[in-house]
Amino acid sequence: MKDKISDILESIPKMEENLREIRDVLLTNLVMLGEIPSLTFSEQARMNFLVNRFNQSNLLNCSTDEVGNGLGILPGKIGDRNILLVAHLDTEYDEKMDHTIAILPNSVSGAGVADNALGLAVLASLPYILEKLEIELNSSLILMGSARSLGAGNLEGIRFFLENTNLNISTGLSVEGVRLGRISRSSVGMAKCEVHYWVPEGYDWTQFGAFGSIVTLNEFINRILEIPIPTRPATSIVFSSIESGRGFSKVSTEAELKFEIQSESEEMVEQLLNKINNIAVEIAAKTSSKVMVKELARRKPGGIDFSHPLVLNTMKIMETMKIKPRFTPSMSELSAFIDAGIPALTVGISNLETANKVVETVEIEPMYKGLAQLISLLLAIDRGVCDEN
Amino acid sequence: MKIDEWIQKNTFHHSAFEDLDKLVKEKEKQNLKISLCIPTLNEEKTIGKEIVLFNSELVTRYPLLDEIAVIDSGSTDNTLEVAQSFGADTYLASDILSDLDNKKGKGENLWKAIYQLEGDIIVYIDADIKNIHPRFVYGLLAPLIYNKKTKYVKAFYDRPLAFSEGIRPSGGGRVTEILIRPLFSLFFPELSAIIQPLSGEYAVSREVLEKLSFPIGYGVETAHLLDIYREYGMDAFAQTDLDQRVHRNQETISLGKMSFGILQTFLNRMKSYGMMTDIPELSTMLRQFQAHDDVFESIEQEIIEEERPPMITIPEYLEKRGNK
Repeated sequence: MKDKISDILESIPKMEENLREIRDVLLTNLVMLGEIPSLTFSEQARMNFLVNRFNQSNLLNCSTDEVGNGLGILPGKIGDRNILLVAHLDTEYDEKMDHTIAILPNSVSGAGVADNALGLAVLASLPYILEKLEIELNSSLILMGSARSLGAGNLEGIRFFLENTNLNISTGLSVEGVRLGRISRSSVGMAKCEVHYWVPEGYDWTQFGAFGSIVTLNEFINRILEIPIPTRPATSIVFSSIESGRGFSKVSTEAELKFEIQSESEEMVEQLLNKINNIAVEIAAKTSSKVMVKELARRKPGGIDFSHPLVLNTMKIMETMKIKPRFTPSMSELSAFIDAGIPALTVGISNLETANKVVETVEIEPMYKGLAQLISLLLAIDRGVCDEN
Repeated sequence: MKIDEWIQKNTFHHSAFEDLDKLVKEKEKQNLKISLCIPTLNEEKTIGKEIVLFNSELVTRYPLLDEIAVIDSGSTDNTLEVAQSFGADTYLASDILSDLDNKKGKGENLWKAIYQLEGDIIVYIDADIKNIHPRFVYGLLAPLIYNKKTKYVKAFYDRPLAFSEGIRPSGGGRVTEILIRPLFSLFFPELSAIIQPLSGEYAVSREVLEKLSFPIGYGVETAHLLDIYREYGMDAFAQTDLDQRVHRNQETISLGKMSFGILQTFLNRMKSYGMMTDIPELSTMLRQFQAHDDVFESIEQEIIEEERPPMITIPEYLEKRGNK
């Protein structure tokens, strides 16, 4: 006798083929959502569009909340469990950035297309897609564009929802635009920080070592690099961005560094953060500068085991579709699910042609696989295949 | 009608027409067929997005459009292949009414659309708009659908410049402000109420389109406004603010050619209306200059504003429409 997952796996090739017919709906949502600027803490316009889409699809409880999440519920036939599908609404780009998106025969390009306009477009299109595929879930599907996710937002949107909802969430899925094959089941511990040095008014420029804020910040970085970093638990310090100076012939008076401490151990994050704080203060004292260290965001390590049925069945689905799984830790919405004790994964929809560039280019062809993988996973969760005994 | 009164009654913002369910119902009630025509020449980078958005939003989700057609002047890039791959009907302008002599120009594509397409209303949208949005179509169609007196709806755009205290100049591009608006103000003051007379986006009812002659080059929009104004007056016009339009900017030298073509059309209209009788034969040669180091090179270019006659005078058209 066939098990429940076999039926789902057998239906994938046909589903993938049928999904080609909804290309224009997905791409249109991608463009219309992605062209609305949505800097963290300013996501309202993008959220309004998303909720409007949910309304057009006749979802229930189409609404927003006090932190600006956008929500809609696709009721299940039985409704005995709730699956929460989430994609973050915010980007790193303000409205001055050109948000124009281009569609070419094989790809889509624009600022924030991969992170995370495509994830949101999947949410906006999903009710229509399920209807076209004639798929009706037993479980209720809660679709949510989460606000205040990135940077200083510190996942405030998803955390607020999970802390305040009356709904019992059985499983969480976080949808990211890229990459197809991504399975994030765990979160590493993380502290996201900003260090700001500046030269106070009345600074004595004649004193020894008076080279301005760039040199001070350079000294700070050198001292961080001298800290021994353990390989177990796996730990790293990532320098993300640096800003200082106004041009030639002017000594810089302010400098800012953004960095992240990442570790499998929460204690290690704490220890390193303390060390770095002490270094910052010591260097400020030596150079008569002022310093401010600001912790912007924090994540706890955790996640579900590799042997969890949610992970194993996701791998089965990917194997059937000839998608190579890539296990990467996540620092996005998954962390909030982990903190709330809800089994959850992050999956990606397509491939990125250009990494680490403002204008992101994602491929169209893998999107059909990405969608088929997501819908198969929803079906598996819905049928209880991914439950732990 | 006073200009201010006309502006008050006939100028809209696209957001007034966001209720597409209502618009589609009204279209169906009137049993209207609507065609979208996108004239192209080497637009492979932007054409796909236009077709995807219009297809998804205005055919699949809200059935406002009955056909989407690309009419191409002979692109040397992949414009037609891209348009086809995204599901548009594609035509080479030279294949339509192919027994007629072949002419090249945007106006030619617009004119041939009247023959090829089926709509009672045709909406024309340029293919080079980077920030394309369904509002570009429904914003132009709605005044035509809701008001039977309206025959021709023109787009205008907010072009934000540095401004203070809530007042900002709002108008057309350089050719509009330097050439067209002064000309209209001198000879047809009411037409100066049209904020962007040269915008390439407009919707027109077939009953008007088929009676218009079409300059095939730069003068097509100007000729339309003059001829419709003369025949129907200002009541036939409406205009819709479509917010911003992001597109490539043209160099001044190209705008010079455009102005030269428009002036030919304008002066020929003045002559045919009997408003200027002593106009000598117009030269069709434009001289412009470009500098290389210290040398100024003179470039001469012939720009002839040929015209197609009203479609209603073409036997093939009468036969096609009459057989319906």
